Amino acid sequence: MIEFRSVTKQYADGTRAVSEFSAVIPSRKTTVFVGSSGCGKTTLLRMINRMVDPTEGVIEIDGHDIAATEPVALRRSIGYVMQNSGLLPHRRVIDNIATVLLLTRVPKAEAHARALELLDTVGLDRALANRYPGELSGGQQQRVGVARGLAANPNILLMDEPFGAVDPIVRTDLQAETIRLQRELDKTIVFVTHDIDEAFLLGDQVIILEKGATIAQQGSPEEILANPASDFVASFIGADRGKRRLTVSADVPARGDDVLLIDAGGYAAGVISAPGGKLASGSASPKSRSVSNKTSQAGDA
Amino acid sequence: MDWVWRSLPMIWGLVVDHVAVSVPPIILGFILSIPLGYWASRSRVARAILLGLGSVLYTIPALVLIVVLPVALGTAILDPQNLLRALTVYAIAIMVRSSTDAFSSVSDDVRESARAIGYSGVQRFFAVELPLAGPVLLAGVRVVSVSTVSLATVGAVIGISTLGQLFTNGFQLDFQIEIVTGIVAVLIVAAVFDVIITTVGRLLMPWNRRPARTRASRRPAGVTA
Ligand SMILES: Nc1ncnc2c1ncn2[C@@H]1O[C@H](COP(=O)(O)OP(=O)(O)OP(=O)(O)O)[C@@H](O)[C@H]1O
Ligand SMILES: [Mg+2]
Repeated sequence: MIEFRSVTKQYADGTRAVSEFSAVIPSRKTTVFVGSSGCGKTTLLRMINRMVDPTEGVIEIDGHDIAATEPVALRRSIGYVMQNSGLLPHRRVIDNIATVLLLTRVPKAEAHARALELLDTVGLDRALANRYPGELSGGQQQRVGVARGLAANPNILLMDEPFGAVDPIVRTDLQAETIRLQRELDKTIVFVTHDIDEAFLLGDQVIILEKGATIAQQGSPEEILANPASDFVASFIGADRGKRRLTVSADVPARGDDVLLIDAGGYAAGVISAPGGKLASGSASPKSRSVSNKTSQAGDA
Repeated sequence: MDWVWRSLPMIWGLVVDHVAVSVPPIILGFILSIPLGYWASRSRVARAILLGLGSVLYTIPALVLIVVLPVALGTAILDPQNLLRALTVYAIAIMVRSSTDAFSSVSDDVRESARAIGYSGVQRFFAVELPLAGPVLLAGVRVVSVSTVSLATVGAVIGISTLGQLFTNGFQLDFQIEIVTGIVAVLIVAAVFDVIITTVGRLLMPWNRRPARTRASRRPAGVTA
């Protein structure tokens, strides 16, 4: 569990990036910070591994104040994945993944063996192990970044817009992979994005932020979708534009069993299967991930 | 031509002396410019001062520097180390700019991510920033090498044995073959240095070449596909 207690960060130039932020990030779940550019997401994330130290307030990991932990040791114990992967261009894939292990003096053979396993874990071919990052596609680099973040088997994985720079198809893949990894490995993931659909897809808990990392709403995707706390949230999640309120199109005839859905703006948003002219009803409790996923793909199309 | 063959042992001796005079300033200039360039890449003020100083130093004529330096440093005018000191000053003057560019060329993303995964400051410098600055540093050393090899000839004027002696002798005796021989020998030394430096660079930085090669080898395949 990670706990922020009235944390404030004011940079040297006077910018108040985070003010009086308090939140609890539960263990073994994915928490997503989502908000527009400059609202303080990266600052929040970097305070967890002490790349940035708060000017006021306390951050605890499992009840221990992190201010008492040596920063370099703390960072080695927490996985970090960033946009553009941040891989070291002069190290082969296998050495990039093994970096943290080698820094903590794990014998090289052991570190490399672990790195190869991690290639499997993130769904990459072991044949890529000896390439340099510049010889991989953006999506592959991002996977290597995730593998590197997992190398020391940390309990906590921090991800700062890790899929911001890859194309939508690859992003969808990587998102699915993140969900799978979180389930399999049971990590506490703190994920930063400005894409609300990604936030709803990945987050068990979503924290919507306004400027200065002020919490606009915090809750599960279902809670937020069903009950936007303010006009800001409604607008941010697209509810006000009716992007998430779908109706069956009256004009376009059904093809096969599928009926076209349109959003409040009148744009095609997806299809729903309707065998024999009757709308299919899904399982009783919607899984927020799949619901928002479909909305996102349709909504962006 | 006959003269060249007969003088070969003498010329070879001068080549050896010339190399001995040129190598230390190149290495010293390289090493000393690294902390300076790193500092200049981190601080705006340091950058302005160091790069300004470098340009000014480089415009001082070599002979003037060789005469002025002992006065400034309080050493004897005929101290054989004066040439080494002067050549090192020139090497640093050139190399500081390259070294500053080299460290500025390391991407902030990579620097930040190295910090994020737990490199300490010193580890990050030696394992990440220095190697990534390598290609630009290498380009700088190549320029310094050529410049030092050619400047080292002025040693002859103050009585230090270098290939410059072929110039001074040749001019005194009005013997053109000797002068031309000197020019060719200096060019050959400079070319050999350059080959050695680029080879070492290639061995130390295999990652620097790889992407270019694969891209080049992929292109024909892409065209036919
Ligand atoms: N090192 C710094 N010095 C001064 N101000 C900073 C620094 N880092 C960030 N800021 C400022 O703090 C605020 C929050 O920045 P932060 O990077 O946390 O935002 P973000 O939500 O991650 O934005 P983005 O989505 O663009 O990445 C911004 O106004 C930014 O300009
Ligand atoms: Mg950010």
